[in-house]
Amino acid sequence: MPRPGFVLHVDTQTPPTLVWRGEGMSLEQLPADRSRVIYAPEPKPALDDIDGAIRHALLHPIDQDPLPALLTPGMKLTIAFDDISLPLPKMRRPDVRQRVIEAVLDLAAEAGVDDVHLICALALHRRMTENELRHAVGDRVYDAFAPSGRLYQHDAEDPQNLAFLGTTPQGEEVEINKRAAESDLLVYVNLNLVAMDGGWKSTATGLASYRSLRHHHNPATMEASHSFMDQHRSELHKSNWRMGQVLVDSGVKVFQIETTLNTDTFPAPFEFLSKREWEWNARDRATYLGTAKSLALAPPRLSRKIFQGIEAPHQMTSVQAGEVEAVHKVTTEHVYAQHLVEVDGQTDILTMGIPYICPYNVHSIMNPILVMCTGLGYFFNMYRGKPLVREGGVVIMFHPTEPDFNPVHHPSYIDFYEQVLADTTDPHVMSEKWERQYAEDDWYRHLYRTSYAYHGVHPFYMWYWGAHGMRHCGRVIIVGGNAKAVRRLGFVAATTLTDALEIASDTVGPAPTITHVHTPPILMSDVR
Amino acid sequence: MRALQVSRSVGRLGLARVAGALAPAAAVRVGPLDLVRIDPPELPGPGWHRVRTRLAGICGSDLSMIEGHASTYFDDWVSFPFVPGHEVVGELDDGTRVVLEPVLGHEARGFPPPFPGAAPGDGDDYAHLATGHLEPGIQTGFCCSTGGGWSEQFVAHTSQLHRLPDDLPDERAVLIEPLAGGIHAALLAAGSASVQRADAPVVAVLGAGTMGLAAVAGLVRYAPHVRVVVGARYPHQQRAATALGAHHVGPAAELARAVRRLVGCHVVGDHLSSGAHATVDAVGSAASITEALHITRPRGRVVMMGMPAEVTLDLTGLWHRETELVGAYTYGTEQLSDGTAARTFDLAVDTATAIESERWLSATYPLTDHVDAIAHAAQAGRRGAVKVCFDLRVGA
Repeated sequence: MPRPGFVLHVDTQTPPTLVWRGEGMSLEQLPADRSRVIYAPEPKPALDDIDGAIRHALLHPIDQDPLPALLTPGMKLTIAFDDISLPLPKMRRPDVRQRVIEAVLDLAAEAGVDDVHLICALALHRRMTENELRHAVGDRVYDAFAPSGRLYQHDAEDPQNLAFLGTTPQGEEVEINKRAAESDLLVYVNLNLVAMDGGWKSTATGLASYRSLRHHHNPATMEASHSFMDQHRSELHKSNWRMGQVLVDSGVKVFQIETTLNTDTFPAPFEFLSKREWEWNARDRATYLGTAKSLALAPPRLSRKIFQGIEAPHQMTSVQAGEVEAVHKVTTEHVYAQHLVEVDGQTDILTMGIPYICPYNVHSIMNPILVMCTGLGYFFNMYRGKPLVREGGVVIMFHPTEPDFNPVHHPSYIDFYEQVLADTTDPHVMSEKWERQYAEDDWYRHLYRTSYAYHGVHPFYMWYWGAHGMRHCGRVIIVGGNAKAVRRLGFVAATTLTDALEIASDTVGPAPTITHVHTPPILMSDVR
Repeated sequence: MRALQVSRSVGRLGLARVAGALAPAAAVRVGPLDLVRIDPPELPGPGWHRVRTRLAGICGSDLSMIEGHASTYFDDWVSFPFVPGHEVVGELDDGTRVVLEPVLGHEARGFPPPFPGAAPGDGDDYAHLATGHLEPGIQTGFCCSTGGGWSEQFVAHTSQLHRLPDDLPDERAVLIEPLAGGIHAALLAAGSASVQRADAPVVAVLGAGTMGLAAVAGLVRYAPHVRVVVGARYPHQQRAATALGAHHVGPAAELARAVRRLVGCHVVGDHLSSGAHATVDAVGSAASITEALHITRPRGRVVMMGMPAEVTLDLTGLWHRETELVGAYTYGTEQLSDGTAARTFDLAVDTATAIESERWLSATYPLTDHVDAIAHAAQAGRRGAVKVCFDLRVGA
């Protein structure tokens, strides 16, 4: 039986805490008697018969007819699936998407459905390479569909292949992939890593255009989502749900398949990264020392290659299919069961180690904008109830925050860093002043469509992602961060945790309470 | 009199080149420059004046010569031994303060000017620079007949001298000569067909040492319709360019992306698909010329203000894009956008006052400290300096 999450109150006997620093790590001693560390629940057990569970979900969906009953010869079937942004790290083969897609294709073949397209629902993310697609859907599916042009990636900048479906009562325009919209059935294959994923976000975001996305990927929506992971208090969620209703009203028939994974994140020899430090054995300690020292000496490119090569052993804990909202309700319960940790009260200072990966730098570089997004966009928002840190409190991150960018994946990020952040760090100001220029830049558009680049507007979205956190916190400090880059982000760099706490004392006083989120593995704080 | 003098010594030039790679001060010590005592130059004839140096700047071309990087091209256009120093504020025998326009033009060498009212730098035949009654020398500071500003006194022709108003301090005036060079380059860029055709032209300036800043000043003041984008390596250079009114200023490494953003083009390989309508290269290295060619649009103009010497370049892009590659040496008579003509030096005098160019004067040294002075000038950027000068005023 896996143990639930745990809040450790630090005393003088508590061993130092493992802290991520990008492609490195350190052990940090938190002040005794006023610090606590939140540990993730242990991984839930995987389903015994994953393929059987998938087939069962397809044959016994929630609030919808079984999939075979929806499949008829001559119909137009589209299977959309989540892109490379999940899971993190990428999972060992076979990927969940492969298992589900193969099961759907088996049923489609049994029903005599020939007109089948597979679309990677990447929204404004970068396109996946052939190897990445093969990893996600498997070689058999790739070889059967890609050569004939029936497996491809959503292109949010192809006006010929977008369909405008209408507007929500709030005036939000809904425009999604034309093939998906005009199919007799759209099967969506989701992989739910955090509570924000799935539901109508799969289709209304994953298959949408900039025209649609800008209605909820904006500073006002982000600041009003408390948090993204809490559906009832997320404006982002509500906007997607309104758009989902437009899809329903315009006749788009969706069969949603959602899966959840456990948090078995690190394979050998990195299992110690998921363990609680006082339970480390001699081998764990030796592995930590060897890893930390080696990473400190290794060139960043090598460290990156090692980490990006990790394939996580995480496995499926649930699969459910059927009507979008009913399915997502069950999915969310499974996600919460894996992630939630009860926490009493807020803290003055929230500390977090930023790991080497986030949804937007798979096989790539965690650039300064993504550091901000991972810290204030993701980790800060991993709460239900109240933010872990009190309003006006301090967030301390650990990351080198070098101004390094992958020019293939993140070309507009470089300009965003050089031009936009040099001008303003205010999400509202940059939205008004700069967003359209980047969204409509012809070169970024070209690279998004033909290369492997995130859309020109994407760095803005990453910045908006942190808008709630930025507004909520009194100060953000990055330990070990490149001083110039950290300043460009509008934050303060510190050399050590001690220095950071000294800097923070201006904001929260000399003896603040401190909470460290020991993640990854992913956890979500249920703050009472 | 005391003077810094450059002698013709191939061996010492070679030593300077090697030593310069290690440290600028080492190049000065082993190179062809010596602090010597020599007789003042004779007045070559009527219309010549004796000028007592007050301030004399150290220019990139001086450093290039001292460090042994200058091209052999100059072998026939200079005469040894010469006293460097062409950015000079001085004083005539009657106490009149003057700034030197250093080009040894037609009048100085006893030839009729190419047109009435021509400036020393005007003309389309340079034979006069190597002939006449003076030894060869393209300008004061490279001619053994006239001496130069890095000494207590030298001689200059009336056509080279501009009287300074009393309220124009030496520290401001010593920047007039480099400002004139920058304004000339700016007007060459602004006058290109590519800029003239455009509704909202973009001119990029690569490098923001004294000459780059001077070009920015010239563009902002005399081509106000141009959007000026500057790539400056050092923060103090960026601040200075911003203070001059450049439209966009950023680190040199970010210049290409800044130009791309401004004109809204693609990046294809190493080149922008379009780019700046004109680019002023104020560095003069193979890398800077290459960069300038990469960021200038097809049929645009690259103005080479920095003295390049011998470089290796891939000119395929220039060929394909029909890029104009234009040199910008000194100054002369300019055609302004309103159709009027003006002497570059007159524009520079006005500009020096408008921008209070004394802000760029970072340090002054006596001649005896020439090793430190030249080392400082050679490392001006990284040491937070713009212009370094010799100060030969009484009591300095």
